[in-house]
Amino acid sequence: MEKAKTDKRAVRYRAGLIDGIPIALGYLSVSFTFGITAVGMGISPLAAIIISMTNLTSAGQLAGAGIIAAGGGFAEMALAQLVINIRYTLMSLSLSQKLDKKYNLLHRIISAFGITDEIFAVASGKEGEIEPRYMYGLITLPYIFWAAGTAMGALFGEILPENIKSALGIAIYTMFVAIIIPPAKKIRGVMAVALIAAGLSCVIKYVPIFSGISSGISVIICAVIAAALGALLFPRKEGA
Amino acid sequence: MTETVYLCVSIIIMAMVTYLIRMLPLAAVRGKIKSRFVLDFLYYIPYAVLSAMTIPAIFYSSSSFISAAVGLLTALVLAFFERGLMTVAIASCAGVFVTEFIMSIM
Repeated sequence: MEKAKTDKRAVRYRAGLIDGIPIALGYLSVSFTFGITAVGMGISPLAAIIISMTNLTSAGQLAGAGIIAAGGGFAEMALAQLVINIRYTLMSLSLSQKLDKKYNLLHRIISAFGITDEIFAVASGKEGEIEPRYMYGLITLPYIFWAAGTAMGALFGEILPENIKSALGIAIYTMFVAIIIPPAKKIRGVMAVALIAAGLSCVIKYVPIFSGISSGISVIICAVIAAALGALLFPRKEGA
Repeated sequence: MTETVYLCVSIIIMAMVTYLIRMLPLAAVRGKIKSRFVLDFLYYIPYAVLSAMTIPAIFYSSSSFISAAVGLLTALVLAFFERGLMTVAIASCAGVFVTEFIMSIM
């Protein structure tokens, strides 16, 4: 009986591990770039690795490394992280509705650390409720590769040929595409929300009066407007 | 304040703020939300966030707009036929690599 329970947990953990492989590979290239950039700013390789192991977020880390390199204040650091990473609040809130009964407070406190854009996206794209072992499995490889990629970038960044670096850069974004398209094909609301968000994001990027808006804030503005319009114009049926 | 202390405190602040943002909603919201609008809003949020992060940033992710566009197109087609994340990611990298190779010999 106990054995069967352990086996089931192992199966769910392994399912999470497997779903985490593409995220981990994507992270390797992104964290590699972070490692190169941070060291280029004058941060030591060890500090860059510690930042990656304690933060696990791309945009926030890049901004944070910039603030440290410039000798910025602690309040500035806190505010910058709050603004850039506030999207995780929306993700955690969204994920809180998908957790199964086994998710007690301790599991929530531990797995909250691993909520990134990609891990959240895979978890929320999964059918049915999320169970703790699956979540831990999903976080494991991306976490290891995030730290390892940073270390490699920080220590040996200049070795990789330019054309390989260029080709790896797109992986993280096309993973997003692979998450959005299948549901967008079937559900009009998802298609509409994705198009509205992309359109707004282009407006903020290219219309000069919005040029002061940072990319972190832009994501929040676009996502909130697009998702609110989606909820108003394309309400889902009960239980869907 | 020595440089090491400054560095450590900065990293701790960074990590704490980032963690609390993720942890508080997950720990505090235990029940199921009832409002239809809020539920639908939260359902749409991931797609909105990912789409806004992808477009137009993806066009600047490789060394040229054209190779990035080829990579995106590769991903759109494969995702439309519901290939897995890994297949889509690797094929799009290959698309960028091959496009840049062709551009370099033209």
